[in-house]
Amino acid sequence: MLSWELRRDVLDIIMAGGGGHIGGDMSVLNALLVLYKNHLRITPETTNDPDRDRFVLSKGHAMEAYYAVLCHRGFLDLDDVKARFNKCGSPYIGHPNNKLPGIEMNSGSLGHGLPVCVGMALAGKRDGRKYRVYTILGDGELAEGSVWEGAMAAGHYKLDNLCAVVDRNGLQISGPTEDVMSHEPLRARWESFGWHVLEVNGDSIPELDGAFSQAKSLKGKPTAIISRTTKGFGSPLMENKAEWHHHLPAAEEYEAIKKDFEKGKGAAARE
Amino acid sequence: MNKIPNRQAICQTLLKHAATDKSIFALCSDSRGSASMSPFFQRFPGQSVEMGIAEQNLVGIAAGLASCGKKPYAFSPACFLTTRSYEQAKIDCAYSDTNVKLIGISGGVSYGALGMSHHSAQDIAAMAALPNMRVYLPSDRFQTEKLIEALLQDEKPAYVRVGRNPVEDIYREGACPFQLDKATWLRGKGEAVRAAIIACGEMARPALEAAEALAEEGISASVLDMYCVKPLDREAVLEAAGLADIVVAVEEHSPFGGLGSMVAQVVGEYCPKRVKCLSLPDAPVVTGTSAEVFAHYGLTGEGITRTVKELLS
Repeated sequence: MLSWELRRDVLDIIMAGGGGHIGGDMSVLNALLVLYKNHLRITPETTNDPDRDRFVLSKGHAMEAYYAVLCHRGFLDLDDVKARFNKCGSPYIGHPNNKLPGIEMNSGSLGHGLPVCVGMALAGKRDGRKYRVYTILGDGELAEGSVWEGAMAAGHYKLDNLCAVVDRNGLQISGPTEDVMSHEPLRARWESFGWHVLEVNGDSIPELDGAFSQAKSLKGKPTAIISRTTKGFGSPLMENKAEWHHHLPAAEEYEAIKKDFEKGKGAAARE
Repeated sequence: MNKIPNRQAICQTLLKHAATDKSIFALCSDSRGSASMSPFFQRFPGQSVEMGIAEQNLVGIAAGLASCGKKPYAFSPACFLTTRSYEQAKIDCAYSDTNVKLIGISGGVSYGALGMSHHSAQDIAAMAALPNMRVYLPSDRFQTEKLIEALLQDEKPAYVRVGRNPVEDIYREGACPFQLDKATWLRGKGEAVRAAIIACGEMARPALEAAEALAEEGISASVLDMYCVKPLDREAVLEAAGLADIVVAVEEHSPFGGLGSMVAQVVGEYCPKRVKCLSLPDAPVVTGTSAEVFAHYGLTGEGITRTVKELLS
């Protein structure tokens, strides 16, 4: 139910701001929601607590989904985000801005989140703190070499307080990831860098929830969760279409997507 | 002749403080030997991080450490640190505003005959163009120590370039006046002179030698040690320019976007005077040791003296 309401928030934020990365927003939303709602130990009151869990959105272009979740969790005000997103002088830009409460690091340039999170996890280990560190990467992002530099270091330093989610929606701006630059066998790649690997259907909230729980119990290595998702999830109009990477819905598309989200919400309510 | 290179002075300064300040971290990219940081890694393994040959990771991880309250000093040859990890310097350090100190070792043409791959003649321009990134090129070991002491006190990102080889002392133990972001007058403060020479890094020494040689020939020159290239000490530049007939900027850098460009920008806008920029060429430099390269391009006391005399004649 909640995830469908947040999908609607994402849509409205994009329409209000006149742009956004709607396809990736929809594929990553469940992971963001499950993480913030059930696992990440941070609240608007603890954004400077040295023991807080850390999160970095490495696929920073999925910012509208992140706004929706940060608003839902009380870090930001949804009406304010909608009123000022992308507007001149606004702090609400199209990628993470760490001047906003709850956002640790700026991103937007791909391949940055994992190395930064390795530093955060290393600091936690050296200090004997119990916090965990999470990042979410896009699958197209995996072509950036710095991702694998970070993966190598996380494996080397056995950072089991680190969990990286790959939003494996299979599409990037130019088309299918396997046509643009292949990433399979993805599980084997992460394993070879010294990681535990979990694979889930990332369109399923219970599956994601279970994976985040399991990752906490996996010791000795960092954990990668390959979250197999649907780009544009929630509306057949957008699903699995690369052109919806950052397409701004026209008025009639907006209405159709809204209806699809209502249907999804209704179906979720009946379950 | 001094035998302690500036990079070693950095290690000694960090060693002095790391025992009491456990937030000081050193990161190297298979570069601890060339960075003179082996003593730090041996003595403080819990505050040392080896990244392997991965400069992007070096800087990204340093930013992550900084966001958790550490004071990371990331060491790598200046050539790799400032271009291979430029994106990380931009996003993870400057833009995210993390307390990362990027230490570019063996800067400029320190690596001599190893070739252009190992030269960093663009680092000032590259790093200074990033909003929120400061750029420092200390001249000698005493100033290097003062600079690091000062940088340990703040929480903003900065880039520091030092050379590979020991350089002749400019200052003395206990006699190194230093104020962060204020240039140090080496000669002629407040005096009307024929030439104002403004230099940074290893060029401060030949600038001083030139001023001394010129004085013997009856030509007065002031000398500014502009270790703080960004933020440039504009006040000092204008004071020097205002009291001189010509301004000569000297740097171990490309002709574009370095100290000379910045000095010319300030002088041109506020105090129009003739500005001569002595630098490396816009080309791979001749093969040779750094001393030979400097001599070839007139970046020596003798070369600077010659230039000043030509300009004034």
